[in-house]
Amino acid sequence: MAEESKSQVPPSPDGEPKPATAKPSTPAPAGTTPEKTATPAAQKPAAPAAPKPDTPAPAKPAAAAKPAAPAKPAAPTPLPWTSPMVEKYKKQYGSGLEAQSYLGQNYFTVDRSLIPDFLRLLRDEEQFDYCVDLTAVHYPKREKQFEVFWILYSFPRNERIRVKTQIADGESLPSSFPLWPTADWLEREVYDMFGIKFDGHPNLKRILLPDEWEGFPLRKDYDILHQDKKWVQINLGIESGQ
Amino acid sequence: MNDLKDKALPNAVTDLASSPSSRFNLEASDKPYLDSNELIINMGPQHPATHGVLRVILKLDGEKVLGTECVIGYLHRGVEKIAENRTYTMFNPYVDRMDYVAAVSNGLGYCQAVEKLLNIEAPPRANFIRVILTELNRIASHQIWLGTHALDIGAMTPLFYTFRDREEILKIFEKYCGARLTTHAFRIGGCQYELYPGFEKDVKNFLAFFLPKMDEYEALLTGNRIWIDRTKNVGMLSARDAIALGVTGPMLRASGVKWDIRKAIPYANYADFDFEIPIGQNGDTYDRYLVRMQEMRQSCRIIEQAVNGIPEGPIMAKVPKVIKPAVGEIYHSIEAPKGELGYFIVSDGSTQPYRLRVRPPSFVNLQALDIMVRGQLVADVVAVIGTIDIVLGEVDR
Repeated sequence: MAEESKSQVPPSPDGEPKPATAKPSTPAPAGTTPEKTATPAAQKPAAPAAPKPDTPAPAKPAAAAKPAAPAKPAAPTPLPWTSPMVEKYKKQYGSGLEAQSYLGQNYFTVDRSLIPDFLRLLRDEEQFDYCVDLTAVHYPKREKQFEVFWILYSFPRNERIRVKTQIADGESLPSSFPLWPTADWLEREVYDMFGIKFDGHPNLKRILLPDEWEGFPLRKDYDILHQDKKWVQINLGIESGQ
Repeated sequence: MNDLKDKALPNAVTDLASSPSSRFNLEASDKPYLDSNELIINMGPQHPATHGVLRVILKLDGEKVLGTECVIGYLHRGVEKIAENRTYTMFNPYVDRMDYVAAVSNGLGYCQAVEKLLNIEAPPRANFIRVILTELNRIASHQIWLGTHALDIGAMTPLFYTFRDREEILKIFEKYCGARLTTHAFRIGGCQYELYPGFEKDVKNFLAFFLPKMDEYEALLTGNRIWIDRTKNVGMLSARDAIALGVTGPMLRASGVKWDIRKAIPYANYADFDFEIPIGQNGDTYDRYLVRMQEMRQSCRIIEQAVNGIPEGPIMAKVPKVIKPAVGEIYHSIEAPKGELGYFIVSDGSTQPYRLRVRPPSFVNLQALDIMVRGQLVADVVAVIGTIDIVLGEVDR
């Protein structure tokens, strides 16, 4: 994959159709450029005040429909993502890790077993000091039903990436709370909505729904009209909430 | 971003993970009883100073706060589940109901996220309209914050001043799209409505009207002895803690981190405008007050530049009638008045989002409450809740 991707480096940046406004000219918007320029670029965003005087006649809407070159305009596809950081971790983890870029946003797909180490490395070695969000997606038909996402941002690098992994129903993940305390509530919400457990979380309980609620609403097999009737009857004294 | 590294971070809790933050849990604590001087009280969910239905359980020693636990979810409507059962277009009005005092920002974030997923961009004229309305909304949102925050602390006058002046913004919204609060001003691909005749004049009149009002607010509060006593060194949050807790928006900036998504990862056409990112130094309630006040002035600057440069042209990009993004996932975030508002959308190629996740700034910022009030007085809890600037509609979604 790494070798292939090298040949594809050029298309990847300009394959991102960013026709309008000043986006392309800003130093290193996270995720739009493979960050070859990791450290130098990181300095720039601190002083981006200089307004781009006139953006070259920023793209009529029509331009949006004909994004530049190789990627098919109708269906953008994930491209390989290459950067020194990616190379380093590819070497280290081999096939357990895949790095791709979709519409200019970079993400790692990582094997479940690598998660604790990899997240720690991202924080300690790569300065991803801010955990933007942590969430999950349910695919009931897959063998590994859940995809869990960490959206990470690095202030020094001004770069945003995603890390995703797949786990089966009932499988747990290590809590990221020791890495990013913000994961406290975020993990509780994932647990609340999907029933994914996080080992080592100090207080893993429901956060938005009542503590005694049964079922995990954001799973796909939980119908939108479904609710915990028993809870409603006991606590609200009505037959049904519908 | 460098100033972050060089900065000596005052009063940083070095290891947040080991400090027992926000999981004050009587049953689970090492001594499952209260000392005779300790007290547990319940603040909310029906309490005028919790800005909605927030319940905070406080553990007190006399007047000193030993720990807090937030109980949220009273306003949970399952917005993310609703999204999975609506088309992209149908879901658009729902986002206004999250942070209902900054509905325009919510709409902007959502529309841009879907546009990104569709790989289209709004035309320049639409971007100008978007920026003007969003910045007006930022002012309106900060006005509500200022009024209610000051009221909580005991200054009643600012509430009337800010609501009076906010009315002028709402009038512009109403004239533009017919709604004052849940505006649904933008559509995927641009804006639905062309500017009404006299829009520019209204906006310019507003700026001319509003800037002196800012001085009026500041005259009431900035040098006010009571205000300073109640806010200085109250609810301190160091830069390191703020980052670790994922705090964004004015709260992060007040802690001295110069980071604003409008500058760091520009969206719409913010890169074309000249404005500053105000920052604070101590990360206390007073600094957050100053930062937000400065932000309102900066918003005026942006609006002024934007309103003088609105280009001619279409206001809608070419968007397919049926919105059916290709399979893929996207995260897009904007600088909402309260912080980073992000939308993470997974498309399975159908007309409905397979999964739509909202990254709400208020929800994440509220986590910092515990750190901020520990060791302070119970009266400061009210000040700190006010300074976090939460909207429970967004916390609970």
